This record gives sequence, C-alpha cells and structure tokens, in this order.
Amino acid sequence: MKKGFIRINSELCKGGGLCIAACPKGSIRIRNKLNIRGYHPAEYTEKEKSKNRKCTGCALCAIICPDIAIEVFRD
Amino acid sequence: MAKQVFTRPKALKDNIFHYCPGCGHSIIHRLLAEVIDELGIRDKTVGVPPAGCAVLAYNYIDVDMGEAPHGRAIAVATGIKRTRPDLIVFTYQGDGDIAAIGTAETIHAANRGERLSAIFVNNGVYGMTGGQMAPTTLLGQTTTTSPGGRLPLRDGFPLDLSQMLAVADGSVYIERTAVTSPKNIIKTKRAIKKAFQVQMDDLGFALVEILSQCPINWKLSPVDACKWVEEEVVKSYPLGVIKDTTQAQNRMDRMKRGKRAKT
Amino acid sequence: MTKQLMRGSHAIAEAATRAGCRFYAGYPITPQNELPEYMSVRFAQLEDATFVQAESELAAINMVMGASMAGVRAMTSSSSPGISLKQEGISYMAGMELPAVIVNIMRGGPGLGNIAPSQQDYLQATKGGGHGGYRTIVLAPCSGQELVTLTIKAFDLADAYRSPVILLGDGLMGQMMEPVIFPDPIDPAALPKKDWTLDGARGRDSRLIASLHLDPTEMEQFNWKLARKYAAICERETEHESYLLDDAVVAVVAFGTAARIAKGAVNRVRKAGLKAGLFRPITLWPFPGKELRDLTRTIKSLLVFEMNFGQMVEDVKLSVGEQARVHFHGRPGGIIPTPHDIGAAITKLIHRYGL
Repeated sequence: MKKGFIRINSELCKGGGLCIAACPKGSIRIRNKLNIRGYHPAEYTEKEKSKNRKCTGCALCAIICPDIAIEVFRD
Repeated sequence: MAKQVFTRPKALKDNIFHYCPGCGHSIIHRLLAEVIDELGIRDKTVGVPPAGCAVLAYNYIDVDMGEAPHGRAIAVATGIKRTRPDLIVFTYQGDGDIAAIGTAETIHAANRGERLSAIFVNNGVYGMTGGQMAPTTLLGQTTTTSPGGRLPLRDGFPLDLSQMLAVADGSVYIERTAVTSPKNIIKTKRAIKKAFQVQMDDLGFALVEILSQCPINWKLSPVDACKWVEEEVVKSYPLGVIKDTTQAQNRMDRMKRGKRAKT
Repeated sequence: MTKQLMRGSHAIAEAATRAGCRFYAGYPITPQNELPEYMSVRFAQLEDATFVQAESELAAINMVMGASMAGVRAMTSSSSPGISLKQEGISYMAGMELPAVIVNIMRGGPGLGNIAPSQQDYLQATKGGGHGGYRTIVLAPCSGQELVTLTIKAFDLADAYRSPVILLGDGLMGQMMEPVIFPDPIDPAALPKKDWTLDGARGRDSRLIASLHLDPTEMEQFNWKLARKYAAICERETEHESYLLDDAVVAVVAFGTAARIAKGAVNRVRKAGLKAGLFRPITLWPFPGKELRDLTRTIKSLLVFEMNFGQMVEDVKLSVGEQARVHFHGRPGGIIPTPHDIGAAITKLIHRYGL
C-alpha cells in the first residue's frame, strides 16, 4: 500500500476539525496547546518516517481544509 | 524523497484568510484560484467581489478586481465584459447579495445571456453582518431576524434563484454544488471550471450555486455545519445540474445566430 | 462644421459619441427617452461601442461603473426619479475615483412629479446626492450648442479629475430643437492612456479598484485626497456668464433654462430703461461664489430666479453674505415661467428700492 504523510501548519489552522472528520485513517487529532491566534490546531498523529503509518497521502484532509494549512506528501 | 501532492494555487495571494473556522468561502476561493491556474487565464481575468463576508476576496484571489455596491456585482461585471469581451469576468456573491438586493440585476443578466461566470455562495444567512435571515434561510431556521424560525407568512419561503434563472433563455449552465465534503468540493471545482469554460466558449450566462457552511452564525461546529447542509439544506436546495444546454445542440444554435451581435 | 437642427437629447447623445464615449447604459423615462433611443441607433453604427438598455437606472449606473473600470468613456442618462436611483452608484464612483458622465434631464418633482421641465434637483446634484460627502462637477447648459460643448467638456473633466460629472439639463432643453454645430469626432484610441484600469494583470501585479477602507486612518487619507482634488477643481474649473452687468443696478442670478428666460426679461426691461443684467453660473459645482461676491461691489440687489422654490439661492446667500440684498423668484412644479413673469419681478424690485 502506498504510504504518505502530511504536515499541518499549526499557525494557519483554526481548529475547524474538518480534516479530522475527512481522514479515512483517523491520523489527525486536535492539539491541546493553543496556537498564536488562540485556536486548538489539528496535528498529524504519525511520524513521517515510521513504517506503520496509516496515511496514504490521499489528500482528503487538504482538499477540505478551508485554510490550506495541510501539505500532503506521498512516498 | 517524498513527493508533495497538494500545493497552494498560484492565483492565490499569500494572505491568511480572515474567514471563520470551517467557513466554505476560503475553500471556494482556493477552487477558483485552482481553476484560474489550470485554465491559464490569471492575466486576463477580472473579478467582481460582493459586499459581504467575501468582500475581501481581492485580498486572496490574485486577479484584477473591481468592487461593486451590494447587489450590483453582475451589473458592474456586465459593464466590464461588454466593454472588454476578451476578458474573462466572474462575479462572486453571497445569497443576500445575489438573491435579495441583486435579484433584478441577476435575472436580467441571465436573460440577456451575458457572457459571465457567476459564483453564488448560498450559506443561508447574511454572514458579515452577524447572521440575519437571507432569502435562502430555511423554513423554521432561526437567525437573528427570524426568531423562533423562519415563518412563511412573516418571512416568505426559501427562494430558489437558480431555478428562476434556468427559465431565462440566456442562461446556458446552472449547477448547484456544495463544499461540505471532499467529494462535493471536487464537484464544485468541476462546476466552476465549466462555468468559466462556458464563458470562454461564448455560449451564454453561467452560474454555480455553492451551498456553503457558516458555522459561526449557525452556531454549529464546522463538522456539524457540513452535516446540516448535507441533511437539511439539500432538502430545499437539492444538489445537481439545474440547467446545461451547452452540448452540441447549443453550439449549432450559436452558429446559426452567428457570432454574438456587436451591440 | 455644418449647422444641424437637432433636438437637445439627440445633441447630447451625438456630442457624447464624438467625445469618444463608447459605453452607454440607459433606461426609459420621460422626458429623456430620445437620448437612449438615439444612442441605440448611433452605437449600432460603431464597431467598438456598446449600448445596453438596463433593467433599471440603478443597474445602468453600475454598468457604467464597470465600463469605467475597464477604461472606456462611459455615460448614463435619466430624469430626476431615475437619477435618485443612481445616487449610491455615483457615491461609489466618487469613492473609487472613476470617471463617467451622468445626464439629468430634470422634471417636476418631488416623487413622481410630472414630465414638465424643472430645476428641482439642484441641491441633489451640487451637494452630493449620495452618501459620504463627495462632490461631483455639475455643468448647467442653457442652449442647444451648450448641450454639445458641455457634454464634451464633461467627459474631459471626468477623465482629467477621475470623477463622475453631472450634466444638468431639463425637459425643455431636452425636447427643444435648435441649430447646433458639432466638432470633429475624437478617436477614443487617441485619448490619453489610463494606467489604472482593469484589463487583466498581464505582466504586472493585479489591480484593485475599490472604495472600501476598513482602516479609518486610510479612509481619512483618502477623504483628504478627495478634498484636495475638489479644491483644485474649484480653483480651475469654475465658469459663469455675465450679461449686461457693467451698468446694472440689479442682477438676476439664474442658470439653465431659467437663465435663458431671464435674458429675455432683462432685454425686455432694458427697453423700458431699467438697468438689469444676468449672472449665469455654468458650473453649478464648483459654484462661482467668488465672482458673484466681486459683483456685489457694484450691484447691491440680486434676484435669484429658479424653476424651484429656492435652492441655488442658498449658495448665493452663502457667497455674498450681507454685501447684497438677495431676493428670490421661483416657479417649481414644472411651470415654465415667461420673460414677462420674471420681467415683472425685476421691475417691481427696481421700483421698490428706487434703483
């Protein structure tokens, strides 16, 4: 199965949570620590290099993100 | 080295969106910019933003923009397009802008078959001004000016402008989409691209109505707001193509009518 | 340069076309219907001209706004009620420094009023009919030939100052046929290039034409910029006509059709040995206040004569203060006063003060 990973710009993110609902692998969650603008941003739960990443780089999260805060990579 | 598969479109300026968390406007802005990039028309496109949440669209979409008074974007766009038919002209309007104060301008632009691509963002409220009732507010939907929910006798019924425009012979392509899920977003992008293509093919008036979530004024989380669109709003505003006469048949008409008469 | 007998509205339309106007949006309303009618025929003869009959006067001004953004000379015309519908658009054009010509063929009012000529929109035109305290140059023709010259001048001033300009006519001059002479037509391509228009960001940054300034300091700066522009216009563009004022003891102050009727009255009373003259503002804004004030060094009685119940009289009083007696004679509602009517008022004034 192809693997991928994402990078979330925590300062652009407004914590809308749409990416979390869209991710088929449940690899995104809300971060406790606030960002500079007072939102709880989303964060990617997996390590970019780890073998058992579930993320396939399908980009559904990035497609629905209103703030273009997510970059998507495929191995 | 991993390959990046999702990038910010070039036709978008680097400014941070001012929109509320989960708002559909900035998704539509991105789609608009992606379409402009893919059609390669950034340097001959002129946009007319509305008065409303998206009045600041010119801070984001990197094309020439001319601001119109509330409701009059399509009339301003008509002036631009008729003067410079070589330019690609689009309007970006909310439901109050296009279906309340701007209804007459919109119906008559469609009726004249103005070669324009209208983006109609339907989020059921007047967002910028704090969530008042709009022509597209659903029956029973509470807003700051429809306490206890919209009542037909007091507030009228949800207005379906797209259906009204479909009856105007000058309109050739009208579709209603949504930006509440990746699937719907991809469909919205296809519809916007087609609306631009219809203009570039000189076929007639094109409009895309986009159901958009407004979490802050609906007092719902972004995720619930998207659900609400897909469960409730679509009952009054079903998604899909409302009018599409752009196939060969229409091109034949265009040939018979000859190039669009000059005046 | 042949002389042609032409109806006022047609003369305006032909003059605009010769001035390089290439976009016109209009809407039917008496007494100016002949102007859009003429434009629809005239523009059909031109490759690069666009005529649109809009769905309302309000839509029409917004189309003119768009055409102006795209860089062409653009015009709309209407009559009083229709001009009220255009006020928001005119304010936006002032706020975006967009040039355009707006023709008002005034009729009786307020409200639906009637279709007879009047001068009841003076304050609306000169005090900025829309919101925000902008000013528009207001030109007041009083003859067929001036309809031609001032229409062309309106386009030049609009472009020179990047501002909407109002041509203030009335139902009488709109309908009346008079001999007029047209200058040679201007080729729009020969007009000075505009480097601020919306024509696609090819090889340059994208441009924005907008009147929104959310930051009050920005809005203030823009207002002071407008103020400087208006000061310059007042300095350079004020225009008026003096008629038989050198030895006059009373000056009638009137513009447009009223001035023309007053000229007849002045000639009439002169024959009876009474020394009257006429001061005719041609630019209603900027108002020729200074020139009027200078006049009061010799003439202490002014008789303001308007086809309304008193509007320009306010500007006259503002200009002359206590230096002269300001009297008023008005006929609102679409009444067309006669030279006899105003002649009697002059005579009464002269006898009453033993001038």
